[in-house]
Amino acid sequence: MDTAALLIIEVLNGISSLALTCAGLAIIFGMMRVINFAHGEFMMLGGYTTVVATNAGVNIWVSMLILSPLVVGVIGILAERFLIRFFYGRLVDTLIATWGLSLLLIGIVTSIFGNYITGVSAPMGNFSIGQYQLSVYRLVLIGLTVILFAGIYLAFTRTKLGLIARGTMQNADQAAALGISPPKVYMVTFGIGAALTGLAGGLLAPISQIIPTVGFTYVAQAFITVITAGTGAITGTIVASGVFGTVRQLVTYETTPIIGGVALLIVAVLLLRILPQGITGKIFRRSL
Amino acid sequence: MPEMALGRGARVTDAARPILETRGLTMRFGGVVAVDNVDFSMAEGELRCLIGPNGAGKTTFFRCLTHQYKPTSGHVIYRGDDITGSHTHQIARRGIGIKTQVPSVFDGLDVRENIWLSARRYHSNRESNRVVDEILERIGLTGVANRLVGQLAHGERQGVELAIVLTGDPELILLDEPTAGMTHEEVHRTTEMIREINRTASLIVVEHDMQFIKAIANRVTVFNQGAILVEDTMDNVLKNQDVRDVYLGKREVA
Amino acid sequence: MFNSMLKTFDFNSWNTRGLMVTGAIMLALLFLGPTIFDLFTLLKVILFIAMAMLALSLAFIWGFGGILCFGQSAFFGLGGYVYAIGVINMGESTVPILLAIFIPAAFAMLLGYFMFYGRLNDVYLAVVTLAVTLILYAFIRSTSGEEWVIGKARLMGFNGISSIPDPNWPGFPDSLLWPDDKFYVAMALLILVYFGLRFLLRTHFGRVIVAIKENETRAELLGYDVRFYKMITFTIGGGIAGLAGFLLVTFNNFVNPDKFALALAAQIIMWVLIGGVGTLIGPMLGSLALLMLYNWLGTQNFAGWLNTYLVFGGIILLFVLAVPQGLQPTAQMLALRFLPWTRPTDEGGDSARNGAREGRAGD
Repeated sequence: MDTAALLIIEVLNGISSLALTCAGLAIIFGMMRVINFAHGEFMMLGGYTTVVATNAGVNIWVSMLILSPLVVGVIGILAERFLIRFFYGRLVDTLIATWGLSLLLIGIVTSIFGNYITGVSAPMGNFSIGQYQLSVYRLVLIGLTVILFAGIYLAFTRTKLGLIARGTMQNADQAAALGISPPKVYMVTFGIGAALTGLAGGLLAPISQIIPTVGFTYVAQAFITVITAGTGAITGTIVASGVFGTVRQLVTYETTPIIGGVALLIVAVLLLRILPQGITGKIFRRSL
Repeated sequence: MPEMALGRGARVTDAARPILETRGLTMRFGGVVAVDNVDFSMAEGELRCLIGPNGAGKTTFFRCLTHQYKPTSGHVIYRGDDITGSHTHQIARRGIGIKTQVPSVFDGLDVRENIWLSARRYHSNRESNRVVDEILERIGLTGVANRLVGQLAHGERQGVELAIVLTGDPELILLDEPTAGMTHEEVHRTTEMIREINRTASLIVVEHDMQFIKAIANRVTVFNQGAILVEDTMDNVLKNQDVRDVYLGKREVA
Repeated sequence: MFNSMLKTFDFNSWNTRGLMVTGAIMLALLFLGPTIFDLFTLLKVILFIAMAMLALSLAFIWGFGGILCFGQSAFFGLGGYVYAIGVINMGESTVPILLAIFIPAAFAMLLGYFMFYGRLNDVYLAVVTLAVTLILYAFIRSTSGEEWVIGKARLMGFNGISSIPDPNWPGFPDSLLWPDDKFYVAMALLILVYFGLRFLLRTHFGRVIVAIKENETRAELLGYDVRFYKMITFTIGGGIAGLAGFLLVTFNNFVNPDKFALALAAQIIMWVLIGGVGTLIGPMLGSLALLMLYNWLGTQNFAGWLNTYLVFGGIILLFVLAVPQGLQPTAQMLALRFLPWTRPTDEGGDSARNGAREGRAGD
């Protein structure tokens, strides 16, 4: 009984951390179709922001919820202005340019902080299920993920800004004709995506080890999940995270994290063989 | 005109049997129905024109025939065989050639290489070079044989694509707006060429130029909103009130 | 007339002239190598040859097949490990060398089958190949325990397998290759693979894969099964990378998980990017240039702030923003413009053609 409860929490944790990892990418890649291979590094920067700020005496919640998204959002906007916007519409070039950016960011962080593992301890202590000790923070994280996705969904469907952003992604010329400036919309949307990625990096910092190259553990799974999501980036990402997070966590529970990652990859490749347009290409066609 | 190597056109006289049929062919994109339950049939050796306003689903219909789009439902039957589930390359190998609306060619290769790639599918290396020379001569591309296709004018690129398609000796050729962007003189030449091609192959031509259609077609199919509106001779189609309404915009839904 | 793809041999073309010069330089290197280099340098050159071979594998599948693989290191590392495990178990190198080519090739084929027949696009391809190499890296690193044994070979985890036996001449298990011999074999294999690929690109198959890169839909409408051609291209690339992995093991009788690592995966992309996508010589020279830069960085003291990631990231951004065509095509274009004797003898339309072709000029 305790084991079952534990397993359920583990699986929910796996799903929420995967969904968090994907949130920013669902906007940047899922909606804008911009391939940001530096996605993992944006998360890494969010993680470092939280670690550095917390160690400097800032309240950990302030670091995670405010500083991380702020710092990474600004970095994202700078990256969009000085690099990424030159490559819009050129898929392979964007891939390589952001890959270069990703290595550069790893390099900069390594230069500043060194190639060492850092981290912060999770706030809020532990609770126990039978003989097992679990951190309260992990439970809170599940709740935060739900709130975050609900917020993103509402922001893009119910607010004027969200509608403008979606309209511009669908048809930039038409949006321009209506007096909207597509470059500005792209910049802001990219910034929001980056900020969400930074937020995810911050929120996951207490439950992961932070090193300059940590981004690469995120990037592959995040892309696979968002691609599998299909055209309805937000809904699809939630569903895909649910499927992959469950698979990864259950296999990890039985074997090792490495084999868990392999299982995720295999399931993703098989799933795309069955649903080439992704999950929302077939099932939730009309959703966002 | 020298004898062309259009060997597989030998069955052209078999007019009773349809070369191509579709049954209930439907293509949906999200909520939009681009091709709506189309039952289409044409005889061996026929030259059929497809007309209809922009967005009527003609190009989508072509793409469903060649499986560039996977139809949502319905069947495509070619010479009695259901080819709905076949891959694009398999359909091409059965002898269906398509010239797309915007010329689809290999821009980074030269004209000769473009045509060679088509010829080499069916011929030996030595034979291919001969076939390429013949087709270059026939389409009038010999002068630009070694130019990169990406550097050519639009009309010449159209010619290259036509050459590529003809080199494969298709039995059924789909032409999507072959005269778009052509001068009056070029349209005239294309008319002649299509008549000549029709001696050995069946053709479906999507066109807007009514003069051109009058010159080449005996039977015309009118598409509107993804469905077949009318199918008749050109003269009758021009007299048809429904067709006039569609083109003049009186009618909202067919 | 100038016609690079359709005529099999043409003395007047830039392509053929470049090819002959390349061949002459490579052959000269092959015969003179052991005379001009001391033993230490000679071994280093074997390392360079292995990396040039690896560069060649990606130059082929990316530059000519249009397949951007981010995890070419997966096949490289696999080749190295397959050879190591094979030669330790069999005590003889002929079969292990063949396995080092065929197992990575088969793995590439399997992966290619799922990717190309599943119609996965560029992004997915990049992500899947990267994920595969990172998973292999993580997996091999986790094999330190004594239970990880294949036959007589212990995998040794992140320590890597050392003291791997030298290869022997085929059929003579007792006559091992000396450093000179290793060099001859490596150089000869590089020449063989380079000219093999050049030849392949002139065959029907080669022209079809270039055509697919140019316009996939049209190739399909002509009746070519694009999925099959891409899978085979990817398989060939995997086999060549595996062979490169074997060559690397002959350099210092050692293989470790770093052969799968991100740093190497990134470098391979850079070699091709710097040398020029759509060329074969360029990426080989690119690998040489970057390895020398890397070595030089290793000997300098930058007070710890300069690291390889910083340099690599900077170089990639520099090239993608400023020299997107890569060095070889850029150099070729400059040569055609400023050095009249490099132009083909047939003037007129052909020089215009060369100009337009700078992006995919031959070697």
